[in-house]
Formats: sequence, C-alpha cells, structure tokens
Amino acid sequence: MAIEVRIPTILRTYTDGAKAVEGQGGTLAQLIGDLEARHPGLKERLVDKGALRRFVNVYLNDEDVRFLGGLETPVADGDTVTVLPAVAGG
Amino acid sequence: MRFDSLIDSVGGTPLVGLPRLSPADDVRIWAKLEDRNPTGSIKDRPALWMVEQAEKDGLLAPGCTILEPTSGNTGISLAMAARLKGYKLICVMPENTSDERRQLLRMWGAEVISSPAAGGSNEAVRVAKGLAAEHPDWVMLYQYGNPANWRSHYESTGPEILADLPTITHFVAGLGTTGTLMGVGRFLREHVAGVQIVAAEPRYGELVYGLRNVDEGFIPELYDPTVLTTRFSVGSADALKRTRELLAAEGIFAGVSTGAALHAALGVAAKAVKAGSRADVVFVVADGGWKYLSTGAYEGTLDEAEERLEGQLWA
Repeated sequence: MAIEVRIPTILRTYTDGAKAVEGQGGTLAQLIGDLEARHPGLKERLVDKGALRRFVNVYLNDEDVRFLGGLETPVADGDTVTVLPAVAGG
Repeated sequence: MRFDSLIDSVGGTPLVGLPRLSPADDVRIWAKLEDRNPTGSIKDRPALWMVEQAEKDGLLAPGCTILEPTSGNTGISLAMAARLKGYKLICVMPENTSDERRQLLRMWGAEVISSPAAGGSNEAVRVAKGLAAEHPDWVMLYQYGNPANWRSHYESTGPEILADLPTITHFVAGLGTTGTLMGVGRFLREHVAGVQIVAAEPRYGELVYGLRNVDEGFIPELYDPTVLTTRFSVGSADALKRTRELLAAEGIFAGVSTGAALHAALGVAAKAVKAGSRADVVFVVADGGWKYLSTGAYEGTLDEAEERLEGQLWA
C-alpha cells in the first residue's frame, strides 16, 4: 500500500507524463519530499518558503488540506492526494 | 405574494426538508431552493445587489454598457436586470458552457463574447479584464471582487435561512465566486454559535484546468478562507450521482453543481450520525436542471453522463 497522488496536466512534465504517482510519508510535507526524490523539480512547483504555493490546491481524500493542517496534515497508506491549480467559478 | 415588478420578487425562496435523504430523525438535510428566483438561479441576488450598488455609486445610468465574465447564471441574471433597467450587457463566457445558457443570454438581449475552453472561467476573467481596459466607458461589475455579491447573501439569503431554521448547524454551498459562502457564512457565524460553513468546489475534467502555469491560477478577491470550516472538491461523477439521487428520492430537479453541494452535505451529515450529534444541514440548490438537459446529465448510465460532461463547465 502507498499513497496515490494525482498530478494535474501542467505538472506531468515532472512525472514522465504520469497522471498519478505513488509515494510515502506520515505528513503531506514528507510525502512531497518522497516524491521529489523520484520526480525532481516537483516540490518547487508545489511549495514555496515552507508553505503551499498560492495557486496550488491540494486535497486529501477530496478535502482541502489548508483546512486540515497544511503541509503538516497527516497522511496514511490508502489515502488519495489530488493536486489542482486554482480556477474560477461563477 | 405580490410584487411591484419581477426584480422586486428576487429572494424569499423556500427551504424544504429532504425526508428520504436525511440519515436520521435528528440529522436532517434541508434544501434552499434558489432555482425559485426570477431567472432560475441564486445569481439573481448578487446581480441585483451589484447593479443597484453601482447605481447608488453613480457608476451606472440608463444607456450604460455592463461587461461581466460569467459561466452563465450571473450573466442571465444581469441580462434580466439590464433589460428592465435599460442597460446594455456584454458577457464573456467560456465556450465550454451549455448551449442553453447562450440562448438564454441572447434571448434577454445580451451580447456573448466567447473565451477559450481551456482554462475555464480563468480565461473569461482574463478576457473581460482586457476588454474593460480597452473600453473604459463599459462598467464591469466583476462578481469575483464586488462586495455587493457577498452582501446580497449576508442581507438576504442568510437571514432567510436563519428565520426558517434557527437550529441550523451546517451550511453547505458550491464555491465559485465564493459570494454565497462568504455572505451566508459571515451572517450565520454572527448569529449561530459553532455553525459550520462547508464549501463544495466543483472538480472538472482536465481540459478545464488548462495548460497554464500554476502561478497563473485564480482566487476570487472575495475569498476569505477564515469564513469556512472546510472545503471539499467534488468530481463530476459524484455530482451527477447526487443530482440524480435528489431527483429520484426527493423529486427535486436541480443543476449539476447542486449535486456537488448535496454530496458534501451528505458527507457532513454522515459524520454527525457517526459522532452521535444532532444536525440540521442546509445546502443550496443553486439552479434547476433545465439549462443542463443538452449535456445529457440526466440520461443513460452515470458513466455515459460523466463522459459527456468531460470538458464542460457544469457549475
């Protein structure tokens, strides 16, 4: 078991085109660190100065991690993490 | 109920219980039927408030041209108000929105300028901002940053809900401009201790997110995350499934974004049941299903409907 991370089109240059990759870690920050080891450059697109980038939304099992604990949000095997750019509605 | 004109009849919508979808006697779900507004969506409220504020501020006078980026409903509401008040309306709308919306806009006399499908409403906002710079005489009400948007809900939607259901514990609505959640959320937080404000954000197919750099995303100026308790991303499969459940179980024919809000509402209701606490969960039916018939959302299997909706803006 691992954590599935869904990658938006714009960031797939870092995952050899893969729509989803797998990683490990006890927190979102650790998970992103684990992904960075195999997909160099990805972390810098998601994190800036120790926080999620402004226009990057990350969801843990469909819930926005900014309301869960940000980069320190606990994650576990079997979870699904979705990364999406912020878009407008209305 | 009697009103002097159609515009005066905005708001005052019913709040109806969902006896079949509510999970327990003391965990109840309620639908705020915003499709019962004059043009059939919740956007009649912010549209009217924005127009009347602009009139008070001296920005609008009869004969003026209003410009607005919109994925549909706000444009339709503005078109009705513009027709009755004597303004011209130009809407910038992503090309991947349903044909009904375009027909409705033209019917009320609005001009529609299409923006590219890739990038969704982000592109519509960008195109509209460019047009506004080129035409300084046009008045862009700009629903994403206009405080009259959230104030319409603070002054009307929120008070209506509280008057009908003083025992409310959760409010759930779709997240677009964020106006509904900011306005109702602020009002309820001032009046109901511990109330939870829950956003259901549509998650579209990949095309909508476009190939733009993640540094070029868009967050509405109105958005204040401290008003929210939490925020869920709801994909088109879950939204479609709940839209059909609402129709089958409760007889409510709603648009697809309502399914997303219901999905989040059922989620928080299930949590309350698990925790053994009582709950009165209100969610917003933002519009009826009429404008989405051509998308095929209500026909065939869910998989087929989801496939047809791929690349469409359904909220």
